[in-house]
Amino acid sequence: MQLIELKDVYKTYHLGEMDVPVLKGVSLEVARGELVALMGASGSGKSTLMNILGCLDRPTSGEYWLDDQLVSGLPRNELAHIRNQKIGFVFQSFNLLPRTSALENVMMPMTYNARGISDRESRRRAIALLERVGLGDRIHHHPSQLSGGQQQRVAIARALINQPPLLFADEPTGNLDSHTSEEVLKMFQRLNAEEGITIILVTHDAEVAEHAGRTIRIRDGLIESGAFAHEGSMAGAGGAI
Amino acid sequence: MRSVRTFMTAFRAIRRNIMRAVLTTLGIVIGVGAVIAMMEIGKGSSTAIQQSVASMGANNLLIFPGTASSAGVSFGSGSIMTLTPQDAEAILRDCPAVGTAAPIVRVRTQVIYGGRNWVPQTIYGTTPMYLDVRDWNTLAEGEPFTDRDVRNGSKVCLIGQTLVRQLFDEQSPLDKEIRINNVSFRVVGVLSRKGANMMGSDQDDIILAPWTAIKYRVSGSSAQSVNQSAAAKTDTSQQVNSLNNLYPSSGVQLYPAPSPTQAADTPLPVRFTNVDQIVAAARSTAQIPMAVEQITDLLRERHRIRAGQPDDFIIRDLTELTSALSGTSALMTKLLLCVALISLVVGGVGIMNIMLVSVTERTREIGLRMAVGARGSDILRQFLTEAVVLCLAGGALGILLGWGSSRLVTMLLRWPTESSPEAILAAVAVSFFVGVVFGFYPAWKASRLDPIEALRYE
Repeated sequence: MQLIELKDVYKTYHLGEMDVPVLKGVSLEVARGELVALMGASGSGKSTLMNILGCLDRPTSGEYWLDDQLVSGLPRNELAHIRNQKIGFVFQSFNLLPRTSALENVMMPMTYNARGISDRESRRRAIALLERVGLGDRIHHHPSQLSGGQQQRVAIARALINQPPLLFADEPTGNLDSHTSEEVLKMFQRLNAEEGITIILVTHDAEVAEHAGRTIRIRDGLIESGAFAHEGSMAGAGGAI
Repeated sequence: MRSVRTFMTAFRAIRRNIMRAVLTTLGIVIGVGAVIAMMEIGKGSSTAIQQSVASMGANNLLIFPGTASSAGVSFGSGSIMTLTPQDAEAILRDCPAVGTAAPIVRVRTQVIYGGRNWVPQTIYGTTPMYLDVRDWNTLAEGEPFTDRDVRNGSKVCLIGQTLVRQLFDEQSPLDKEIRINNVSFRVVGVLSRKGANMMGSDQDDIILAPWTAIKYRVSGSSAQSVNQSAAAKTDTSQQVNSLNNLYPSSGVQLYPAPSPTQAADTPLPVRFTNVDQIVAAARSTAQIPMAVEQITDLLRERHRIRAGQPDDFIIRDLTELTSALSGTSALMTKLLLCVALISLVVGGVGIMNIMLVSVTERTREIGLRMAVGARGSDILRQFLTEAVVLCLAGGALGILLGWGSSRLVTMLLRWPTESSPEAILAAVAVSFFVGVVFGFYPAWKASRLDPIEALRYE
């Protein structure tokens, strides 16, 4: 069984009288441990697809299986729980809480963790993650005291705090210079290789997509290429089946 | 665990923008502070008013002997002798609602000092506790007489300011001997000025002495109106021999009658001692009905009155004063409540305003929290907690502010204030309530946000 299975997913927005179809029957699969790039021009339905994959939105029709669970029909609160447990997000604009230390930013998702992990444990875990992304000496810095690359690494640590099997990175290098971009992308590759975390990089930049094991291209609401691992352009870097 | 985390999250969010939080809570701080200060000052004033009204005798209960009646003809109050000094002691001992009680023996007679004389309006034979009943413990000079003086029937007395003026020409009367109905009493103290009572009679025109002395040495029997010239008429040397006396021998007595001085020096043993009145004071105005009930039960038992038979005593309280008192304090409380509500509503609207701004400003944060797994209810709880924490913090600061300013008022203006735990409790409850009510709408708005929209919000 794959980590992600999308079967014939449609998404239509209703703008007044008009129906705007954005996804027109998307099917794709992502195996555990893959590093996949999701590419497409703006307006291609890339963001919509990412929202559905990230359980932020629900498809109009079609099935979405995540980690052997059918999530396409779940209510909002269930989706929130799945986001908390199974998905980590890294955003283009970092979205760190201002005037809050890096440590507290990383610990924030634990607030909504229903499994009841003690404060000390979550603190220990957050410090370990910050050390892992190379910010062990800056755990009490506020975002305004950190560079863009450092902020993005804090955001990555935050995405990993609940040990999700799946990480979404939405244009993670969009606000970074080329050198820092490279660092951040290297970090994704390392996480993918060492931890076996499945990572989906959403980007419109071909250079970024080159760091991925496979590229899924979307155009006009349909998958153009790379929907399934065996027809991908390259073999998965993390050893996808 | 979860609530602690929610609280901590709210606390961090507030700490992130401490200036705004302070300004937001200022409304609540001032509101609650004003309420506490007003309550403390108001309560202090109200207690001061109550005390001064109480010193007029608002808590006093007057117990009179009942009426005698014969063949359906009643003789009015005080026409039988049923109250004893022991009744007063028993009331003090057995009625928990009664704070103080004293027996009273009344005479009305002439008082002489040197070449001056005066008939005081009131001469009371009583116990030292009478001063407690009347709230009259501060003497202008000297010391009150003691329980021991009462037991011994000592000839000592306290006199009021009017007597000082009339008999002593404003000189100090301490340790001087005055004669009451030709019995010498040593003045041991001078009462402070009390002025006229509500009906206009002079309360300083008074002599207080041990009731035993008044009872056994001054008045042979209770309620006898004696004056010295009338008493002297029995003295044969002053009798006018006139022919108008149709039967002169009728006045002839075989044995010499004892002179008043002799009678006073050798009091006859009396089996049953009665007093004219007992005054008691309830512990507080509110306890007056309870005190009346307890005294009635006790005296009926002591006087062996069967069920169904009428009381042989009458208890009066000063309803007029009491109701004026409770009316005043009720009015004051309502006034303070109105002011409190207005200022707290204003503060609450301020909180709602800032929370709404905060929700708009932190839309991205809300979106992020939702993306990492916060449910709508989590967001609702978080913003609600924030509002409540703001309000409670404001309430706590307000309590300190109010408390401090009322202390300041006491120190600078010497107004009486009294700390009021009810006001503090109410302030905490109301700030919590304000936080929930005025925090709910913004929190609900935040919880309804769509995470995708919120994340994209600029």
